[in-house]
Amino acid sequence: MSTRLAQGGRLLNKGKQLHFSFNGKQFTGYEGDTLASALLANDQLMMGRSFKYHRPRGPVASGAEEPNALVNLGKGGNFEPNQRATTTELFNGLTCESQNHWPSLEFDVGAVNNYMTRFFPAGFYYKTFMFPRAAWKHVFEPIVRQSAGLGKAPKDRDADTYEHFYAYVDVVVMGGGVAGLQAAKAAGLSGAKVLLMEQTAHWGGRSMVDGGEVDGQPVADYVDALVAELEAMENVTLRNRMMGAGVYDHGYVLGYERVRDHAPLESGPRHRLWRIRAKQIVTATGAIERPLSFAGNDIPGVMLASAIRDYVVDYGVSVGDRTVVVTNNDDAYRTAIAIKQAGLEVPVILDARAGGGGALADEARALGIRVENGKGIAKVKGGKRVTGVAICAQAGEGAVLEEIKCDAVAMSGGWSPVVHLWSHCGGKLTWDEAQAHFRPDPSRAPTSHDGEAFVTVAGSANGYLDLALGVKDAHDAGKAAAKAAGFTATRKAAPKAAEAPEAAMEPVWLMPQGAGPELRIKAWLDYQNDVKVSDVRLAAQEGYESVEHTKRYTTLGMASDQGKLSNINGLATLAGQLNAPIPSVGTTTFRPPYTPISMGSIAGEARGDVFQPLRRTPIHAWHDEQKAFFEPVGHWRRPYCYPRTGESHGEAVKREILQTRNSVSMLDASTLGKIIVKGPDAGKFLDMLYTNMMSTLKPGRCRYGLMCNENGFLIDDGVVARIDEDTFLCHTTTGGAERIHGWMEDWLQCEWWDWKVFTANVTEQYAQIAIVGPNARKVLEKLGGDMDISKEGLTFMGWKDGKIGDFDARAYRISFSGELSYEIAVPASQGRAFWDAILEAGEEFGIMPYGTEALHVMRAEKGFIMIGDETDGTVIPQDLNMQWAISKKKEDFLGKRAQERPHMASPERWKLVGLETLDGSVIPDGAYAIAEGENANGQRNTQGRVTSTYYSPTLDRGIAMALVHHGTDRMGEVIELNKVDGSTVKAKIVDPIFFDKDGEKQNV
Amino acid sequence: MSNVVSALNGVSQSGIALVEETGLRGMITVRGDLASKPMAKALKDVLGASVPEQRQIASGEKGAVAWMSPDELLVICDHGAAEDIIASLNAALAGEHVLVVNVSDARAVFKVSGECAREVIAKLAPVDLAPGAFEPGMMRRTRFAQVAAAFWMNDDGSFEIICFRSVARYVFDLLCVASVDGSEVGFFN
Repeated sequence: MSTRLAQGGRLLNKGKQLHFSFNGKQFTGYEGDTLASALLANDQLMMGRSFKYHRPRGPVASGAEEPNALVNLGKGGNFEPNQRATTTELFNGLTCESQNHWPSLEFDVGAVNNYMTRFFPAGFYYKTFMFPRAAWKHVFEPIVRQSAGLGKAPKDRDADTYEHFYAYVDVVVMGGGVAGLQAAKAAGLSGAKVLLMEQTAHWGGRSMVDGGEVDGQPVADYVDALVAELEAMENVTLRNRMMGAGVYDHGYVLGYERVRDHAPLESGPRHRLWRIRAKQIVTATGAIERPLSFAGNDIPGVMLASAIRDYVVDYGVSVGDRTVVVTNNDDAYRTAIAIKQAGLEVPVILDARAGGGGALADEARALGIRVENGKGIAKVKGGKRVTGVAICAQAGEGAVLEEIKCDAVAMSGGWSPVVHLWSHCGGKLTWDEAQAHFRPDPSRAPTSHDGEAFVTVAGSANGYLDLALGVKDAHDAGKAAAKAAGFTATRKAAPKAAEAPEAAMEPVWLMPQGAGPELRIKAWLDYQNDVKVSDVRLAAQEGYESVEHTKRYTTLGMASDQGKLSNINGLATLAGQLNAPIPSVGTTTFRPPYTPISMGSIAGEARGDVFQPLRRTPIHAWHDEQKAFFEPVGHWRRPYCYPRTGESHGEAVKREILQTRNSVSMLDASTLGKIIVKGPDAGKFLDMLYTNMMSTLKPGRCRYGLMCNENGFLIDDGVVARIDEDTFLCHTTTGGAERIHGWMEDWLQCEWWDWKVFTANVTEQYAQIAIVGPNARKVLEKLGGDMDISKEGLTFMGWKDGKIGDFDARAYRISFSGELSYEIAVPASQGRAFWDAILEAGEEFGIMPYGTEALHVMRAEKGFIMIGDETDGTVIPQDLNMQWAISKKKEDFLGKRAQERPHMASPERWKLVGLETLDGSVIPDGAYAIAEGENANGQRNTQGRVTSTYYSPTLDRGIAMALVHHGTDRMGEVIELNKVDGSTVKAKIVDPIFFDKDGEKQNV
Repeated sequence: MSNVVSALNGVSQSGIALVEETGLRGMITVRGDLASKPMAKALKDVLGASVPEQRQIASGEKGAVAWMSPDELLVICDHGAAEDIIASLNAALAGEHVLVVNVSDARAVFKVSGECAREVIAKLAPVDLAPGAFEPGMMRRTRFAQVAAAFWMNDDGSFEIICFRSVARYVFDLLCVASVDGSEVGFFN
């Protein structure tokens, strides 16, 4: 049984009981418990089932490295899968469920896989599900999806909030153990601004459990004093519940702060993602104990020795009454001693080393604990929990010497420094033969822009497992980081502590070393992915020599724990099988984040109303009130049409068009780009940017222009107005405003930097409203003002400044519909009032707004092109028969040379034409004109494609524009276009100007 | 004139900081040679302000001048005064290659005040807002979450933020989210 002890539990507040539920069962725990410790205290050792074989699993660890104890936490909007019970702080009302079982944790149908273990070796999926191909999708995948996998995906909207925070510091220290605290102090004493982050809620790390002395006092007292000292330092910030998630180029660090995980009822964000710029980083991330590979090492009750010690000391929880300790190093003796001191039994310590342990072993013996040197575990007995172990000689093949009853096994295979954060940005590792682990190689640290190291490592993360050595190393690391950040390092010496030498550990990669196949197939390397010694050996036999390939083939080191426990054991097994030294096999790549961080924290504030910026014109609120149907245009939302009650969108568009053609209507054109171009060289500059001549434009006049990129392709169009001798105002498409402004600045700053031209994007300074239709002038005249907008006073393609009514207005006499049309720009702050004034003035003419669809249809009726419809980045003006807009007088303009290339000048290019269906129907969007025969891929040949297609209310028939092979030479010819249903529609090639060819309507 | 309204009509909300739309503000983009004597003289004569240093904002009797880029300044003044100041600047800089243009209505202005004002800004803009690192007289062109914005700090510790008018609602909503009760960070205390 696992249970709560009467004594101990240094992190608990036994005065505060908490209630929680697991798989519907009600339990209690204490404030300070983790979910794992509270479950253990309630004898709930089994916490889940394994990924592949559905084997019963309990926790192996007590911290972030835990592979097994993952739960579906919370409900509804607070549901989150794959939460580690070992790092989930208990709170009142917590609810959770174990994962990967059906129908229940205790009785699981999928566990039949367990009896099929030998049939599911590494690569089983790859080998088995290849043929027949269709079977994967319809048979295998549905079954595998049902039976494999960890947590469930959340179904509800996340009820919590998240945020980002930007911080700038000189030194970031990751890890709040004694090394991190010491490093932070050393760096802080130099005056550097220090941010120390600790992933748990507590300071001091392992030293608080493991003990020792620093500066003549117990390490726990030393830590308390150190924390108090750091808290008093103005330049040092301590944050717990905050994990160093990733280290990136140039000292960029992600800190993952779990603000409200432990207190979900409090207001505020649940997680905060710190986006930190640090000059220097110290990784004091500690070390993780490795499991030993023996048969049955995954049975609930087999745990890391340090974890069993933590549960006893930190939480007052015993995992079992009788705990067998098995080790290859001295540290695990601390567990035996802690258990014994807690009044529980340690039947035997199995030390795989023939020579046994050092001083700690003597201490254990002195407590009356039996110690067996050179021995190991042949196999663990038990199913849903440990019932005993069979002992063997480590040197042998597993012949059982003795069986011992026990209900827990504490194992230690040595310690591996947490090198993840050192490695994220390119820090290299070196193999430490004596301690059988990889540790950071200080001579190959991650380097910044200047080639200098920006990460320093401290304490046990640097391979200094001894407290005294670790504290001294951390002190030096803090000093070095401060110095590298530009400060004068403190001259204060490191605290004094006596080394406590331990007997050398001996690597044990398999227990017993000669274990045969029957044992190896039950010796787990990776608990989370169910990878065993036998799987890695098989991979090696099948030719997988690279550790990265072996990882993919066997899934060793994948999933949410990323092999924190399994990597070293796995690659040592691989190296052994390949007969290669471990360092030459190497490690897999360490990538951020260190442990999984919430998707919510990555999104930060970007959800709901602020998921993405919405751009609104000054008249947007009115459109909204009218229940306009919006369409996205970049980040703008523009009214597509304004449907009235009972009206379809198509009917609304038709009404809006007929009103425009017959009387007057209005358009919110505020989103059109407006860029001021000014300077003595402005004309010359625009002549280079546009295909036509702009420098000859007279002040007071407007000209339509085309812009191409260097490759000759059309990128934008719009009306240019010359304001004065030096100043032009260039209209761009709505989507083109920022892009074209950037394009202009690019040429001015990078290529023509000596030209005297300034630009400014004034798009949003103005509300621009088009008043369009035969009655447009009458509406404006009703408003009054000082502006002559008569036929003669403001001629077609002219503009004027003045007053319309009370409004400061600039009127452009331009038309994109073929109607009499004025586009009036007023300052944005006056936009809404001006809109209202026009509505009022136009009432007697039945004025109404029209949307972007009416705009599109009316321009198509007139054969005007639309950037993005008639162009797609591969179309040149010549394709659109717009030679008239290409100046022949100019020596150069952007795109000119490209357009002279043979392919661009080829008569074989598809040319713009109009299409009229013979039956009057509307051709589907994106239809192709089909041609005889098939291409090399067996697809029907094509001879053109539709670029715009609409129902024209004006003509009461379908009209379209298309790019067609030799199109302009084929007027009157009938071609066939495909339809969605597989049939075709016949259409006649016509002039693309369908309506008012001579432009009489706009010249009134 | 009652016809004239700011983007959000002076909306405000209070959380760990007070967020307010300040209403219309005069803003003038000035592009030219910032090192030239005529530029310095024009700013002095028209606004009583000096040419700001990089990432600074200089104040004068008639308005403040913010550094925007190596050849661009932003004059901040009363909304009604902008056209007159433009005319005066153009007159003072006659013959120089400059661009002086009214951008007042292309913008929205927000004020964030209260003890947590620095933190609220630091949740949205990648700028070092620690006391000492950011102080009155400084100006940053940066971004707030996904949109361009700029801000400076007033002598009373409040911040003023300018953004494009079209995204005024987005920026206001952002500031409200960032100042929601219970979201104090406690990093700058």
